[in-house]
Amino acid sequence: MSRTRIQWFHFTAPANFYDLAGRLIPAFALLSVILFAMGLYLGLWVAPPDYQQGDSYRIIYIHVPVAWMSMFLYVLMAIYAGIGLIWRIKMAEVMAKSIAPTGALFTFLALWTGALWGRPTWGVYWVWDARLTSELILLFLFLGYMALHAAIEDRQRAANASAVLALVGVVNVPIIYFSVQWWNTLHQGASITVTQAPTMATIMWVTILIMFLACWMYSIAVVLARARTEILERERRARWVQERLESEKP
Amino acid sequence: MTEFLAMGGYWPWVWGSYAMMAGVTAVEIAQLRFRRRRLWQWLQRMARLSRQEER
Amino acid sequence: MTASLFALLQRDLVLTLRRPQDALTVAGFFVVVVALFPLGIGPDPEVLRTVAAGVLWVAALLAVMLSLERLFADDYRDGSLEQLLLVPLPLALLVLTRTFGHWLVAGLPLVLLSPLLGLQLGLEAREIGVLMLALLLGTPILSLIGAVGAALTLGVRGGGVLIALLILPLYVPPLILGSGAVDAVMHGSSAQAHLSLLGALLIFALVTTPWATAAAVRIMLD
Repeated sequence: MSRTRIQWFHFTAPANFYDLAGRLIPAFALLSVILFAMGLYLGLWVAPPDYQQGDSYRIIYIHVPVAWMSMFLYVLMAIYAGIGLIWRIKMAEVMAKSIAPTGALFTFLALWTGALWGRPTWGVYWVWDARLTSELILLFLFLGYMALHAAIEDRQRAANASAVLALVGVVNVPIIYFSVQWWNTLHQGASITVTQAPTMATIMWVTILIMFLACWMYSIAVVLARARTEILERERRARWVQERLESEKP
Repeated sequence: MTEFLAMGGYWPWVWGSYAMMAGVTAVEIAQLRFRRRRLWQWLQRMARLSRQEER
Repeated sequence: MTASLFALLQRDLVLTLRRPQDALTVAGFFVVVVALFPLGIGPDPEVLRTVAAGVLWVAALLAVMLSLERLFADDYRDGSLEQLLLVPLPLALLVLTRTFGHWLVAGLPLVLLSPLLGLQLGLEAREIGVLMLALLLGTPILSLIGAVGAALTLGVRGGGVLIALLILPLYVPPLILGSGAVDAVMHGSSAQAHLSLLGALLIFALVTTPWATAAAVRIMLD
């Protein structure tokens, strides 16, 4: 038990984290490419068209994984921010900061694909559907986090302040989600529901799952890459950076 | 093939979604690469300068 | 302990009374924003009645948000906020007292003004009662959540605009519950569910946000 613990903390040192991330990124990137290829093949070629929505439902294979991803990333960001704030672990701060842009991108993609799916399904690009509305608010939360981080010049203060914001936000996300859901059912009744998805065949679930895993692998690779650059920037005066500069290629 | 690309008439929405996904990820990866390369070059230049000063 | 908290509250209120224009600006903003809506939407009483609750609530959110900057900013500038850290009391309590003072000055006037504006937009007596009750429960939530944002943007360039981006998404639940309460009465059902949830949210905010605000103040004064 104590041995695993020591090994875990080993990677909270910037140099070790930097090396480990450098080795992990290609592996996750490769996995992500393979999974995306599988998922796209299954989703666009193999899966049969839906009997009601025709081929337009194929957007589900990115819309759903991307929307899940955006929420997971927000929670993950808040967890890392909390760890960084409470235990003063620098690498956790770096991870939280590195997750935010990718999370915002996934949120944007969820909105975009949701709108493009809405057009053929409901005839309009945007409906104030509970999920789309929550997703929009999630985008604002991500942008607020990034804006606060960018606005404070002192690095430590920026990390701590935005960590508080992320924690307040993550407590609020379920409250916002349920209140929006409630608001939606009160105002629109059951006229429009996304839950009325085409009957889920096994192949759909499998494909969604594969695409979801692909998104995870992609996010891990990208976030680690961003964290690596961030570490280099922070630690540019450290001896280990100078050593890497001489031996490594960018 | 044309049939596949037409997506049963829903091609603007389906391909619009997938293209945006591809575009956004491509931009993110390119931006990360660019940022890292620029930082790396800058750090190397700084290291070279400090070595020259030592001499 | 109560004595020193009371002294703090008294000081805040005296300072505001000496410069009443601050509080009046917030109330004036609220009235002006609400008055602009009929000009934008048109004078049709039926339409105005339907949007009344939403308009009043959004105007209240914006008015409270605009007043947040003063919550800590003046004390931050003249250094008395740092002295607050030296007081041998939990910072969360001090912050809560300060927030209460802020609500008395910025939130309560909105509650008191709302019947007048509600009448202008064509609400009926029962609906106005629910509106006031909802605002009474809801505006303290706005002050409490807003305090976190005000503390997080202390000494930050462009803090006023930033605070809007940080805080407004978090204002969604009170907005939905508050305007929903009025809508419920308007459609002949009971507003009890909305008001109970709003009350629960207020209690939750009372218990949790002062700690976040205190943490934020500490971080920004570090």
